[in-house]
Amino acid sequence: MAKTILPYVISGISVGGQYALIAIGYTMVYGILRLINFAHGDVFMVAGLMMVYMAASMPLYIAIPLMIILTVFLGFMIERVAYRPLRTAPRMSVMISAIGVSYLIQNLALYITGGLNKNYPAIPWISDRVTVFGMETSRVTIITPFLTIVLVVLLVLLINHTKIGMAMRAVSLNFETSQLMGIRINNVISATFIIGTFLAAVGSMLFFTNYPGVVPTSGAMPGLKAFVAAVFGGIGSIPGAVIGAFIIGIAESLIKGLDTILIVHGTITEQIGFATFSDAFTFVLLIIVLVFKPTGLFGEKTTDKV
Amino acid sequence: MKTINDSRNRQKTSWGSLLLVLVFLAIVFYLDQNIKPTNKMFMLLTVLQKGSVYALAAVSMNLLNGYTGLFSLGHAGFMLIGAYTYAIFTIPSSARDTVYQYFDAAIRFSFPETFSNVMGPAGTALGVLVAVILAGLMAAFFAYLIGLPVLRLKSDYLAIATLGFAEIIRAVFQWQKLGPITNGSNLLKSFARTSKFKLEVGDTKLVLSTFVPVLIATVSIIIIVKLVNSTYGRAFKSIRDDEVAAEAMGINLARHKMISFTVSSFFAGVSGAMMAMVLSIAQASNFKSAMTYEILLMVVLGGIGSISGSVIGSFLFVAASEWWLRGLDSGTFLGINAPGVFRNGFRLVVFSIIIMIVVLFFRKGIMGEKEISDLFRDRKKKAKGAAK
Repeated sequence: MAKTILPYVISGISVGGQYALIAIGYTMVYGILRLINFAHGDVFMVAGLMMVYMAASMPLYIAIPLMIILTVFLGFMIERVAYRPLRTAPRMSVMISAIGVSYLIQNLALYITGGLNKNYPAIPWISDRVTVFGMETSRVTIITPFLTIVLVVLLVLLINHTKIGMAMRAVSLNFETSQLMGIRINNVISATFIIGTFLAAVGSMLFFTNYPGVVPTSGAMPGLKAFVAAVFGGIGSIPGAVIGAFIIGIAESLIKGLDTILIVHGTITEQIGFATFSDAFTFVLLIIVLVFKPTGLFGEKTTDKV
Repeated sequence: MKTINDSRNRQKTSWGSLLLVLVFLAIVFYLDQNIKPTNKMFMLLTVLQKGSVYALAAVSMNLLNGYTGLFSLGHAGFMLIGAYTYAIFTIPSSARDTVYQYFDAAIRFSFPETFSNVMGPAGTALGVLVAVILAGLMAAFFAYLIGLPVLRLKSDYLAIATLGFAEIIRAVFQWQKLGPITNGSNLLKSFARTSKFKLEVGDTKLVLSTFVPVLIATVSIIIIVKLVNSTYGRAFKSIRDDEVAAEAMGINLARHKMISFTVSSFFAGVSGAMMAMVLSIAQASNFKSAMTYEILLMVVLGGIGSISGSVIGSFLFVAASEWWLRGLDSGTFLGINAPGVFRNGFRLVVFSIIIMIVVLFFRKGIMGEKEISDLFRDRKKKAKGAAK
């Protein structure tokens, strides 16, 4: 029994770590701008595509840092061009702008790739096969959760102990007051986008190594799931987003294997097709959370002011 | 005095708009008879067909997003329910076994057939109509169930929850255990489609393949306009402008939000059914969240909170992507031949850039919150002022 479940749990933890890296970008941006950055998942996809193209023309030790820098620049530019002009506009307009950016990036990727599946380059060492607990998997599956936790600890240290971190906390608490206190909110927001896209770029390397390739819509589903993870953990809270992401990753992976697990266990005798619901389950979880605890696991309660 | 004048004016304009609508329908009917598939202008009919599908979808989304202020992103899900309901109930029994290749079809009758057995040819039309209305009702029913928990949420939480529901609906319809009803992840086909819609009067055959979807969309949009101009519509707008104030004025928030949500979903279901009949296939994997985003962008293009804007926006969107900008994909555009740049997908890139420009710099869209009839009224007022 344990032997059938274990591989799913391990791959779930790995996927959860990758979602966590994307979810932090969502939760930080939402914490500060109150905006669901719909383009975040697509930035993640672009990071994957850039890696595909650059690995073909230059050595990996140049391609990886360059890819991360360009992705961060893309995230920065999206904020500059598409969100900053709408700072005083109603929230709905900004959200529509985010959807527009996502549509643009996907179409651009479709044009450049011709809609074909691009094979992700094998990154030495992390895509090697290793054997853990008697099961074979790629090394990236094992590394991901540890790398995620290290990055999150660094991020929490940054937010709690540096000047820019303090500014971020102030801006997320109250946009206008922090402006009056002399915080340059535009810089803080740019910094948020830079950190978020940096983590998404790292996450894309880990994510796509385990998948056959990148297509223009590859970013949409992981993006949505990471957002759900952020809501689940309480939007605006970084540890919340990480825990939410791990829960969603493990649950999703278990549901993908639920047919096999139940058959081995003897509960059912034929395939029921639970795997169809591996994506949908995330949203069931989201709706349950929103209905019973709208602020998520670690979110702060807000009250409406008239 | 002024109010009396206004209401008189409004009556006049409403008669005027009705006349315009009738003229428009007559033109569509005329085009339907005279443009043959070989004609260069046949694209116009395609645009009218698809445009009317999207126009209804956009208007129904606008009812929710623009008039009630409920930012919902579940439209593709409700359209999917509509498309499947329509398709399942209009597949002729002779074609069932070929459509449901891998399953044992559970539903073995179709409305057009059942009714035509009783009433003759008129029954076929009635059957299609019943299937379309049932499509809307199914979507509205699911919307009611979904609305119970979800409508309590605010702005972006509502958006993401409805988006999630659309994804769940899509997964359920693709589930192999429901195969006998939904055909699993395979597509549904062979049902009543617009290209087969014809009317035989004596010896002359009248083609109705464009007229029918345009007519359904027109009637539905008129109903939505009536709703928006009623007391319910005013209640919706007040909820949009300020929920707390609306509640203080005695508007039952939960009830009005639910009405708006179910009515919007009803028409989303109808537009889904229309989409099935225009495209002549229905497949769950087509109704992704990208479809919702496209409809939302049409609404934005036309102006959030303007029904005529949504109609114009969606026809422009469809015409540009299906017809005018085709050249961008196939090598030659406006006489410029550059196959290296103008290749597959370029059209959508240009298109999304145009949309981003609208979103960023012309936030009001084409119409803002005005309707076409408002424009006429303004002009009349100005003319009167000048005469004085």
